[in-house]
Amino acid sequence: MTVAVESTGTAVNGDRVSLLRVLGPAHVWALGVGIVLVGEFTGWNFSADKGGTLAALIVCWVVGLLYTSVAMIDSEVTSTVAAAGGQYAQAKHIVGPLMAFNVALFLVFAYTMLEVSDAILLGDTIVAKAGVDGLTHNSFIAATIVVLAWLNYRGVLMTLNVNFVITAIAYVSIVILFFSVSPWTQGAVLKLNELVTPGNALPYGWIGVIAAFQFGIWYYLGIEGTTQAAEEVRSPARSLPYGTMAGMITLLIAAAMTWYVCASLMPWEYLGITPYPLWDAGKLTGSPLLENLLFIATLLAAIASANGCINDAARAWFSLGRDRYLPSWFSAVHPKYRTPYRSILFLLPIALAFAFIADLNQAITFSILSGVLQYTFMSINIMMFRKKWPLGTIRRGYTHPFHPLPAIVLFCLCVVTFFAIFLGFGSQLSAMVAFYFLISVWFHFYRYKFVRRGDQFTMPWPKPQGY
Amino acid sequence: MSRYTPPEQSKAGQVFDIAVVVVAIFVALWLPLKLGLAGAAKSIDALDAKTWEALGQNPTMASIWEKLGYTPETAHDVIQNRFHYIIDWPTLIIMAVVLIGYFVFLFRASDREYRDVINEKFDDK
Repeated sequence: MTVAVESTGTAVNGDRVSLLRVLGPAHVWALGVGIVLVGEFTGWNFSADKGGTLAALIVCWVVGLLYTSVAMIDSEVTSTVAAAGGQYAQAKHIVGPLMAFNVALFLVFAYTMLEVSDAILLGDTIVAKAGVDGLTHNSFIAATIVVLAWLNYRGVLMTLNVNFVITAIAYVSIVILFFSVSPWTQGAVLKLNELVTPGNALPYGWIGVIAAFQFGIWYYLGIEGTTQAAEEVRSPARSLPYGTMAGMITLLIAAAMTWYVCASLMPWEYLGITPYPLWDAGKLTGSPLLENLLFIATLLAAIASANGCINDAARAWFSLGRDRYLPSWFSAVHPKYRTPYRSILFLLPIALAFAFIADLNQAITFSILSGVLQYTFMSINIMMFRKKWPLGTIRRGYTHPFHPLPAIVLFCLCVVTFFAIFLGFGSQLSAMVAFYFLISVWFHFYRYKFVRRGDQFTMPWPKPQGY
Repeated sequence: MSRYTPPEQSKAGQVFDIAVVVVAIFVALWLPLKLGLAGAAKSIDALDAKTWEALGQNPTMASIWEKLGYTPETAHDVIQNRFHYIIDWPTLIIMAVVLIGYFVFLFRASDREYRDVINEKFDDK
């Protein structure tokens, strides 16, 4: 197996200081699920707003298929290109520098806007619980983002150990809720038949199902973030596919349980707009214990997600600086904590600026848009990867089955999701594409001159076919 | 192929480039939010009769709304605030062209840059 890992780092007193290889499969699972699990606590339910409760279930499974394709494709490429930046490093070796620059920005914005959403959720949940007139979420948002940035500044192992514990608690709370409401019987607590009727299951018809794809992405968005830790994992070829696949299975189960309980406890019009559906579900069971458990779990899920997002966004930004796609000032590693501290600090005020003015669904939409742009890239990237280095020409850590079917499925579902975002959030789609287009023009015609050409390719592979 | 040596960037140049990125982020993404141009395109289909029946809520749904602290009057704007999925074809076509154009530019320009990378990397050996 050829798994080449880029050496990275910064010089301190003449010594090379690099990111530490301290993480195992459980940390990879925690990084992936920790980022994503918040999607069960908020965001997925906005798909009910766009298409009704049944649409939310349909997209839960269909988008699950999209992410299964993502996990399969990502596991193959990442287990072969194991370098910090994940998909960024893949784009650099397979498509080219401009694509790599864009992919890194997709990652940074998907994760930064997800972090923003997490902070808004946490602030709104605390304010709602406090029930004090005049109390706003701003101070809670600021405290969340600043404290978590500080944790990330101090070190990745501590950060992901914290994530592992709080992610596990949040996940267990969903399981406890599910079994506490006697899911095998209807009528006592759960009333699915009375809340989801033939008349309201799909209030907008099938166009609503398509529109619901937008927030269906939120069930799983960020699972591909596991690859960001490639340089800090002890055995990337084993840990990354294992941690990612285990994370996907975990999330599919959580998503199904979450939909079933929430759809059986609240009308779709309310489910579609509440910022904290699982906490509301806890309240509607009438059990103070469940209500408080789900309140705490909502906060923990938001913290775990924001924590992982800061980790991933900073590593993508760090990679851009290291390759001089952005000023090399960003590529510094902290001499004591061995973290990309300048990237962490730079992204901090950007997250704060958006958290103070964006609504939850706006921040989520920006994150989803960057995610879908990235998945579109991934579907084309795997085709190019197999064409430039067919099976047998290089050793892969993992080879995904049924190629090119997962890539075709992924591409088609991305097209559907772009259309879904156009339905109701077209202005944000325009703003995001305009941003990426302008910044790409800037990179290609100006910034690229600072990039060392041959140094962009660091894998010990043969020359790609066709070049 | 001769090895390309990029120019060293001055500190002022680095600061300027960081400023360009920050400005692009705030103009393209932050400003539309600030100006209220982004977000869900929904509108309220107002009803004259504000009762649970008129709002399409059966007794189970009504009891849950009440448990959540809503009355028919306060729930009206939540229930009747709807998306109206009318496809504006010219806008959709323009958006599709922009999106496809963006990806075409991305892959073509990347390929030109990639050839530089591959030529330098493998011709050195």
